[in-house]
Amino acid sequence: MNHKLAFSWHSSSWFIAIMLALPIAALFYQAIGPSADVFQHLIDTVLLDYVQNTLILVFLVCFISSIIALPAAWLIAMCDFPGRKSLQWALMLPMAMPAYIVAYIYTDMFDYAGPVQIALRGVFGWENASDYWFFDIRTIPGAATVLALVLYPYLYLLARTSFLEQSTSLIQASRMLGSSPLSSCLRVSLPLARPAIAVGLSLVAMETVADFATVNYFAVNTLTTAVYDTWIGYGSLTAAAQLSVMTLSVILLFVGLERFARRKQQVFQKSMLHEQEVRYQLTGCAKLFAMAWCWLLVFAGFLLPFAVLVNYAWHYFAESWTEEFFQYSANSLILAVIVASLAVFCAVLLGLYRRLIGTKYATVPARISTMGYALPGTVLAIGIIIPLTSADFLLNDITELLWGWTPGLVFTGTTFALIFAYLIRFSAIAVGSIESSVDKISPSLDMVTRTLGHSPNSMIRKVHIPLIRKGILAGFLLVFIESMKELPTALLLRPFNYETLATYVFQFASDEMLEQAALAAIVIVLVGLIPLIFLNRSLEQQH
Amino acid sequence: MKKGIFGLSALALTTSLMSATAFASEEVNIYSNRQANLLNPILEQYTKDTGVKVNIVFAKKGLADRMKREGRLSKADLLLTTDISRLVEAVDFGVTQPVSSDVLEDNIPAQYRDPDGEWFALTSRVRNIYTSREVYGDVANITYEELADPKYKGQICTRSGKHPYNVALISSMISHHGEAEAKVWLEGLKANLARKPQGNDRAQVKAIKEGVCSIALGNSYYLGKMLKDPKQVAWAEAVNINFPNQENHGAHVNVSGMVLAKYAPNKGNAVKLMEYLSGAKAQEMYAEVNMEYPVKAGIKASELVSSWGEFNADYMPVAEIAKHRKAALRLLDEVKFDL
Repeated sequence: MNHKLAFSWHSSSWFIAIMLALPIAALFYQAIGPSADVFQHLIDTVLLDYVQNTLILVFLVCFISSIIALPAAWLIAMCDFPGRKSLQWALMLPMAMPAYIVAYIYTDMFDYAGPVQIALRGVFGWENASDYWFFDIRTIPGAATVLALVLYPYLYLLARTSFLEQSTSLIQASRMLGSSPLSSCLRVSLPLARPAIAVGLSLVAMETVADFATVNYFAVNTLTTAVYDTWIGYGSLTAAAQLSVMTLSVILLFVGLERFARRKQQVFQKSMLHEQEVRYQLTGCAKLFAMAWCWLLVFAGFLLPFAVLVNYAWHYFAESWTEEFFQYSANSLILAVIVASLAVFCAVLLGLYRRLIGTKYATVPARISTMGYALPGTVLAIGIIIPLTSADFLLNDITELLWGWTPGLVFTGTTFALIFAYLIRFSAIAVGSIESSVDKISPSLDMVTRTLGHSPNSMIRKVHIPLIRKGILAGFLLVFIESMKELPTALLLRPFNYETLATYVFQFASDEMLEQAALAAIVIVLVGLIPLIFLNRSLEQQH
Repeated sequence: MKKGIFGLSALALTTSLMSATAFASEEVNIYSNRQANLLNPILEQYTKDTGVKVNIVFAKKGLADRMKREGRLSKADLLLTTDISRLVEAVDFGVTQPVSSDVLEDNIPAQYRDPDGEWFALTSRVRNIYTSREVYGDVANITYEELADPKYKGQICTRSGKHPYNVALISSMISHHGEAEAKVWLEGLKANLARKPQGNDRAQVKAIKEGVCSIALGNSYYLGKMLKDPKQVAWAEAVNINFPNQENHGAHVNVSGMVLAKYAPNKGNAVKLMEYLSGAKAQEMYAEVNMEYPVKAGIKASELVSSWGEFNADYMPVAEIAKHRKAALRLLDEVKFDL
């Protein structure tokens, strides 16, 4: 359906999209070094290995995340068993853990020289590695497992939201037609949740592609390795940016294919506010299995690494406690709230714009705005510096001309650059989360609303926003937590003497002395938990 | 919700502007590739001694790019970095300016500074070969070249070949033996590895303790730091620190150093800080706190570091190493060292 919208809608949507795409465009436009010979050298040597590693890694992370997250999301949304109320938010806890910290802890733990293997050797009297078999953690499957453990909450949260928003009448119908709960899940709930699952998986995939710190701990070389080599090593930022965008386009291709495959499928929620809950009451083995499965995830993704951090913090408390902690926490918190609010605002605007215009072109702003997510953070940071310094120069030239006074670096030298960078990096999450909610609103609702004489704006206020409330909350939550953890752009773009919790932790973690920063890492997690618990309550209120 | 967003944005803007203007009159601004916590003791001492406030941004990558982009508006006065290649790269980037200072020239020997005064080294660190005490006893005179000898098959551990410390070592092999021979050496070294390159320098020492390998590459100061850490001292005691190639060209040495920013807004203070860092007090602190080798003549390494003995550093000027960095990276890719 096509609505006539005010010019401000068009202009603001495109404005946001262009602003968010600016750094990537800038990376392309600025020819910083010759890229051709670097590319040829990479193709001749390691590029194929990197591409292969990246593809296998992304596939494995998506696969393992699905196995982990989808059953958990379905169990929490559709079934009732002891501990469900705690688990529904506990399952999101791994998200609050920075991936590189979990990676550090797990590689340390399962290495040949780590406590687990040392203990095994002690117990069984093995002398060296040839006496027994133990899985090697520093491999692609090892890296994929750990990444999936911290990334699955995206998929879990989006799938669970989708399951909750599904019309119960459809599930009741399938049950009346003789489906078991499991086959009703496979044949009704999962297909209905496909858009949300696709968004979740693409977020997981993009996060995996952009990751550097985690795979680095696992000694797994991916395309990100090549990106940093070409930039830092061979000095060609252009080639680095091109490599990043090549990877990104592969992901966008997959996302596009998925959308294409369900182009004729339209899924709309018809759930009414006071619909009755239909949760299966689990008993016996099913109950035990559900509990064991969910708690195992919480244990592996959160409790165990968190316990290790607490142990470190306990032993190194004297070295790690500093008075600036409150300042760092406040910095992180303020940044995260601002970025999450702005990201959600942009995402709502872009999501509704796409819906109200309804043409192919209208999806462009939303697609463009998500591109920053798959770029490795430091490369994106450089991409951001380019347009922002240009803006700074322009501003300084103008004030110089008018008043003979220059304000200095207003955009790059302040937290403005950080907010902008985070927004570019994480708007994809908010856009994805909100879009999957918007898509479920039936067009007939729009028609009814307009027939009753409401303007598009009033329709948005009275119909759309209330219906996508959960998507908004989920998007806010995800962006908030990502912002708390964000490291590479924060490191490079921050003003003098400005620390977030993540940059503080990195000082130590970069030297593999995480022990001394464990306390700060714990604070990142705890501050990340605040909105998690609070928003979970809002998500649950109607159910 | 909208009101909340605007309120917060306003708050953000205020804090932003505050951080932009909250600079005192006597100050100096540092971009640093070295962790702030390593520099803080020295910088705090500097502020105490001179009253000049030090502002710092630490990041591992990209600070030279940031300086280049900020151009004449940049607030950075100094760039502190590890690895000679980074120093030379900053000069190539055009973000530096030469300094001519008698103090710097007196403090820093000629091989540790640029002839034109574009960069200055502050400390040096040796790329040592650690050996297992259990396997090799107290002394093992293994040279870098011998690391490629098939008799050490399956015995050697190292961090990623792409790490700047290893890239510099390979560059030095190129400068001594030429690219073709260095490639053969690198292939031999790869064939001798006990495991895929991984972890940092400490992790290699730990691996020797656990018997994964018996020979490892590592920088000198890590051993000192590990001996001070109650949890890591057992790893450190399992290894012997060797200074390779004492019979011929000497042990490979890399540096940490500094450059003066081209548009340094506080140039006077910046040069004063450079002089301070090369002076006796700061050099002693570098030696004691970070266990690096001071560049200033007459300043001794820490007692612990000195106990490892005297050694001959590679006679090749460090600047020579930087010239072969790209070739070293190419070799690493060609032999797929990390894969």
